[in-house]
Amino acid sequence: MFYKLGSLMMKPGAKLVLVALAILFPLVAKNEYQVYVMATAFIWAIAVYGLNIITGYCGQLNLAHGGFFAIGSYALGLLTADYGWNFWPAFVAAILISAFLGFLVGAVSLRLKEHYFAIFTLCVGFIIYLLLDKWEELTHGAIGVRDIAAPSGFGLVDFSETTPFYYLVLVFLVLAIWFMGKLSRSLLGRTFIAIRNGDELAESLGINLMRNKVLAFILSTTYAGLAGALYAGMIRFIGPEVANINHTFDMITYLLVGGIGTISGPLLGTMGIVWITQSLQFLEAYRMIIFGPLLVILVIFIPRGIVGSFLTWMHRKTQELGPAKRRQESKVTAATTTEAENNA
Amino acid sequence: MLKIEHLTKMFGGLAAVNDVSVNFDAHKINAIIGPNGAGKSTFFNLISGLHQPTSGKILFDGVDVTAMRCDHVAKLGVGRTFQTTNLFEQATVMDNLIVGHRLRTRSGLWDVLINSRRLQTEEKECRDKAREALDFVGLAHVENRFIADITQEERKRVAFALALATDPKIVLLDEPAAGVNPEETEGLTNLMRKMVKNGLTVCLIEHKMDMIMRMADKILVLDHGEKIAEGTPEQIKSNPVVIEAYLGSDDDAAA
Repeated sequence: MFYKLGSLMMKPGAKLVLVALAILFPLVAKNEYQVYVMATAFIWAIAVYGLNIITGYCGQLNLAHGGFFAIGSYALGLLTADYGWNFWPAFVAAILISAFLGFLVGAVSLRLKEHYFAIFTLCVGFIIYLLLDKWEELTHGAIGVRDIAAPSGFGLVDFSETTPFYYLVLVFLVLAIWFMGKLSRSLLGRTFIAIRNGDELAESLGINLMRNKVLAFILSTTYAGLAGALYAGMIRFIGPEVANINHTFDMITYLLVGGIGTISGPLLGTMGIVWITQSLQFLEAYRMIIFGPLLVILVIFIPRGIVGSFLTWMHRKTQELGPAKRRQESKVTAATTTEAENNA
Repeated sequence: MLKIEHLTKMFGGLAAVNDVSVNFDAHKINAIIGPNGAGKSTFFNLISGLHQPTSGKILFDGVDVTAMRCDHVAKLGVGRTFQTTNLFEQATVMDNLIVGHRLRTRSGLWDVLINSRRLQTEEKECRDKAREALDFVGLAHVENRFIADITQEERKRVAFALALATDPKIVLLDEPAAGVNPEETEGLTNLMRKMVKNGLTVCLIEHKMDMIMRMADKILVLDHGEKIAEGTPEQIKSNPVVIEAYLGSDDDAAA
């Protein structure tokens, strides 16, 4: 029964159903606020996909991710508010700036391994926060950036309205997931996974560690910058708090709950937690009493998240149901190959 | 094939490998033995480029690879396995093996974005190569099983297959038979013989003496980072220095 439901969810059509649901959502939402929450969740999901590339696939725990989200936000905010750029050129510039800074930070920080890398990036994230907070000439310090331009709709749509903006974010989310899917199945994605499994083995397989890690890092900061720029375009006002380290840890939580290193995990994790948080808002800070233990249980019992565990279970089930016969045959082939070796 | 001259590796004040010179011939099984901490794994790490030697020279097929980075050495044709191979437990055997041939491909980010023909051809090449390697090690039947669900001996074979998928000329196997039973050890021995028959050169580190004595063409004995003997199994068995330093001092190893 569960298995049938599961295989239904893995059919290609399931994606289309999801997209259709997302398109219909503003029509069935109770109020504009729900659409707004959904759009915010989509933006975070895009950023979590970025984190999934460097941490989920490439295995490098990047704690500066929220910092790069903030860089995308500020680049867009400052270019439109202070320098009078239009939204779209500023949007492209924000993404490029995040990618370029990602290259610089990655090229330095990825010389460090494992915990050292995580601690280093934690510091980078904090430095980004400090720069945004203290470099008043550029960033306006604690006052933040006001009057950020909304995306121009070229006279067709008004993206300063919530619902059109929701669809804009949806388009970018679909693109982000589409690329993630392609990447994960490609040789490049497999190269990242090999690095996650172990530096030494990957190197012995002829993989250039530094080049691939930096590439994964740039891809992740590009996603973060894209998400950050969309965020600034939606909120229209940003302060240094956007670089708060808590955002990074939130994203890690979304990733862990949904399924690290999977394609649908970041979406599921982000949507799930954002909506649970929303519905528990009456508890205020006390909701952490629920989240804390939940997360501990999750990390201990299903470390690969909901999607990861589901996929494993489905695969085992398929193997059990299908090839019970095949396995018996294979025992015979195994025996014959050993014989062949002996004769060789 | 592999010529090593006065190879030394210092870790602080400790010489993990000390002035070792040796010559490994092509199409042979070369074994490296020695007590724990003798510097065997470090020796492998130096050859494959994971560590840079303090002094000395490593020539592979006449090419000086001493200061070369690990991934370049791998491209020249040095494949290897580790004592513990970290495979992706929750992925299938096939998925783990495809990346093995990556070093012979060139597709990058751009190819992924436009889904280029090159990427498609190369992915097929990698898949074919992985299947070929899997066939070679006799594991075609576990292709779609998770690494977590296969036996220890099968994992060893998958690790072999991964090294073979890189199209190596020489394979460095670090304790390939550790943790498998005598019957399976026999199977792995045959597999190594099969590799040599197929034109490969095998270098292995191993503690199972009876296995080494039966299969190796040449044995190098290390102790405290230094070469104390080298020769055929017969020469090693009767070498008093080896018996003193290694076999005699450790009854388990001799058994």
